Amino acid sequence: MKILVCISNVPDTTTKITFNSDNTEFNTSGVQFILNPYDEVALSKAIDLCEGGKGTITVINVGEASTEPTIRKALAIGADEAVRIDATPSDAYFVAYQIAAYAKDKNFDMILTGRESIDYNSAQVAAMLGEFLDLPSISIIKKLDLNGNKATLSREIEGGKEIVEVEGPFVASCAEGVAEWKIPNMRGIMSARTKPLEVLAAQSLETLSVVEKFETPTPRGAVKMVDAANVSQLVDLLHNEAKVI
Amino acid sequence: MSVLVYVEHAEGTFKKSTFEVVSYAKAIAQQLNTNLVALAIGNLAADQLSSLGTYGAQKVLHVNDAQLGTFNAQAYTSILSDVAQKEGVTVVVLANSFSGKGLAPRLAVRLKAGLASGVVALPTLQGASLTVKRTAYSGKAFAHVKLSGANHILALNANSYPIHEQPVSAEVISLTSTAKASDFKVTVKEIVRASNKISLPEADLVVSAGRGMKGPENWHLIEDLAQSFGAATACSKPVSDAGWRPHEEHVGQTGIAVSPNLYIAVGISGAIQHLAGVSSSKTIVVINKDPEAPFFKVADYGIVGDAMEIVPQLTAAMKAYTQNG
Repeated sequence: MKILVCISNVPDTTTKITFNSDNTEFNTSGVQFILNPYDEVALSKAIDLCEGGKGTITVINVGEASTEPTIRKALAIGADEAVRIDATPSDAYFVAYQIAAYAKDKNFDMILTGRESIDYNSAQVAAMLGEFLDLPSISIIKKLDLNGNKATLSREIEGGKEIVEVEGPFVASCAEGVAEWKIPNMRGIMSARTKPLEVLAAQSLETLSVVEKFETPTPRGAVKMVDAANVSQLVDLLHNEAKVI
Repeated sequence: MSVLVYVEHAEGTFKKSTFEVVSYAKAIAQQLNTNLVALAIGNLAADQLSSLGTYGAQKVLHVNDAQLGTFNAQAYTSILSDVAQKEGVTVVVLANSFSGKGLAPRLAVRLKAGLASGVVALPTLQGASLTVKRTAYSGKAFAHVKLSGANHILALNANSYPIHEQPVSAEVISLTSTAKASDFKVTVKEIVRASNKISLPEADLVVSAGRGMKGPENWHLIEDLAQSFGAATACSKPVSDAGWRPHEEHVGQTGIAVSPNLYIAVGISGAIQHLAGVSSSKTIVVINKDPEAPFFKVADYGIVGDAMEIVPQLTAAMKAYTQNG
């Protein structure tokens, strides 16, 4: 079994998000970058599926050379080899196109992504890959069981879940719960340095979307405190002042 | 040129988010001085379909057959793209729901359309291109995205655009499915819905709790409070990590982002990752025994006190309000 896991390099979850003076670029100074948490859970699932020599895992990232520590982290966790498409990941369409161009003649049995990256939050790459490669895609899964070539997945829906079946190859985007997060051990960290990391040039592509500027949420006014001895006042405020009930 | 809105439904009934999406699409159609066409797929009664006229859809297209009763990203993409091309559609609008996230990206590739997902406001149109505001950095920021190309797709976040009634008489037309046999590679075995639960991403009111509740055995207090408000229940990451509550209730940067009218946070200190997921809530109430909890800094109303004492009092006060209501 051959599994491709798509990973991205994102600001750490504790990052306070700021932009340059004209709000056109994310301010990366002092920011720690990490393996996108959802991609990490997708990789953890791939490791579970390949346990005991049942398969090999390739991780792929579309990014500049600065993402290599994150790629090495994925190798330390347990991927067998890595590919970096050398480009700025301008939007999901660009990223999915590059990954599809790489994957199309590699016969992967399964392509996994995280449900979304925690910076762009588009949740688009998995389904776009499915379309580019003419493969079925299942977005936002919480469970994946394999029985031979047949997979049973649990996909999130509003107020519940949908259980689906599909035969490989397929693409799926993984959410929390699909696997336990794996922590790299010392052997993994040591071997990550020598595992293959191939760097490939990007294909040129017309851009369809571009971020013109960023904006941070408007700060709220000062908090109004309600006395713990007078809780019912809160209900009055929610009704008469905030008008939300 | 026209605007197409894909209307989602749950087993034959349109959801509130569907009316938000139709209202939003109607406003864009008015900006473009064109008609709004709605497309529904699956089992729906005639009166449900014509009800979309209430929100300004002039034409409602309906595609259904035995294979289309459940969501199928590939088949639905085939149908939507064929309709979009036949109707001369330049803007497609749909919900940024779980299914929407499976559908919109495939459609974008098929139509070679620029896609903005998680949009929260009406777009600005400039000639053939369009600029729209969407959430980014997991709720910590917004991005204004310009879509170029001939076609655009916008996926609207729930609770981001008000429902607006502007009745027209809707013409309902049945179409034959153009899905291909090869589209049906995924089969739905079962749909499990928690019948007594309000769907968290779409909820108007949310009661959320954290480690301040001390343990899962105290969660009945939160459920009672949520019930008194008619709210959905949610939790913080440490609570879902500890297995006190299921993952799908986890609100925050690596969980679900919500934007309800009212978010009540009980015993949640307000880590930056949690705040990211709730920052677009209209009103935030924080109940915490620690007056220094960072959550108070981004709250509209706060109570300092022990959750075990405050929550039952608030439940009682809310019940009294509803009864006198």
